[in-house]
Amino acid sequence: MNQNIIIIKYNAGNIRSVDFALRRLGVNAEISDDPLKIRAADKVIFPGVGEASGTMEYLRKRGLDEVIKQLRQPVLGICLGMQLMCSYSEEGTADCLGIFDTGVLKFTSGKVPHMGWNALEGITGTLYEEINNGTYVYYVHSYYVPVTSDTVATSTYGVRFSASLQRENFYATQYHPEKSGRYGETILKNFLKL
Amino acid sequence: MLAKRIIPCLDVLDGKVVKGINFINLKEVGDPVVQGAWYSEQGADELVYLDITATHEKRKLLSDLVRRVAENINIPFTVGGGVNHIQDADALLSAGADKISVNSAVLMNPALVDQIAKSFGSQFLVVAIDAKFVDGRWVVYRNGGRIATDRELFEWAGEVWMRGAGEILFTSMDHDGVKTGYACKELAMLSETLSIPVIASGGAGAPEHFLEAFTVGKSDAALAASVFHYNEISIPELKKYLHDNNVTVRI
Repeated sequence: MNQNIIIIKYNAGNIRSVDFALRRLGVNAEISDDPLKIRAADKVIFPGVGEASGTMEYLRKRGLDEVIKQLRQPVLGICLGMQLMCSYSEEGTADCLGIFDTGVLKFTSGKVPHMGWNALEGITGTLYEEINNGTYVYYVHSYYVPVTSDTVATSTYGVRFSASLQRENFYATQYHPEKSGRYGETILKNFLKL
Repeated sequence: MLAKRIIPCLDVLDGKVVKGINFINLKEVGDPVVQGAWYSEQGADELVYLDITATHEKRKLLSDLVRRVAENINIPFTVGGGVNHIQDADALLSAGADKISVNSAVLMNPALVDQIAKSFGSQFLVVAIDAKFVDGRWVVYRNGGRIATDRELFEWAGEVWMRGAGEILFTSMDHDGVKTGYACKELAMLSETLSIPVIASGGAGAPEHFLEAFTVGKSDAALAASVFHYNEISIPELKKYLHDNNVTVRI
């Protein structure tokens, strides 16, 4: 697949692992925070491990908040990336991008972070071709997105929450497909095929 | 439901796995990527690479290893044994480690827990605790179990949790290598008092021991080395056994 894939660079950890996962699929992505390059990409990946309010500040300073919102090519938000695509987050009471019309809440029961492998349920949509309900994916997060009309997969940890969202060209996963074994690779491949 | 995790631990010396799988005819004996990939295919949920290199080239060897593993393995992995300063943690994160495990370094300098958690997030930091039951209390040891400290297991685990540790990896030195089961009573106490995941380590000899670690011991994950390395327990069979006994595992 010869595509121009940009992974949005920001002040968060382990963006590399998304890059490595794409390379295992034979795709060379570029990690960049250049608005021109991001706009020109065939596909954009917005990864993330980090803290919401500080990251939003970083994006705003570079004008990347507006750039991301206006993208028309397929965009995949991962973990914090997905949370930042929502309206607001309880983490640092951050105003976020508002692509998905929902807040991001803190887990109030169970051990936090929700860390490890959990099953996908209620799967629907193109990201989940060849993926079945009950497939385990890898999570590390302390905040969650409730189930909304944009939810295309759920998992349960005390509450049922959004494992994955989709609205128009915007796709998102709360889990880390890049660390979710061969099924995670299938999900990334499905995104690359869009 | 969140699945209980099964974690093989591989010992690394000078960039090679020294305590690893030695029952299959691997082309590159001791290659950390080949061995990790094999465990990943078997259904391991995470991997731990424990570096026991003592030479001064250690840091570079470890960074190279971490990078190669990160490039090639599609499940999360933890690296232990190489972190004494915040810069070491940063180097391992940059190389692609999902988590690091610290032990002696934080016993010498507990503030390192706060620093790492604050800089990279609690999810990046596993605090490993080796302890032994001596005269009615669980004494924490450092330097691979060679030096007793004045710390007590439950007090120390509580402190590192408050300081920002993301997980606790508890090895009972009394159970380690004996293969008669994990220290389930202590694991349950840790799991009930701390609101972070607890990984059981030391004592696995049979599938029943894993079951006990999850049921009686209320652990979130169980780590083992030799039973996996010598194929005394196969991960697919272990997971089937746990599943048949109503433990949620990723199959």
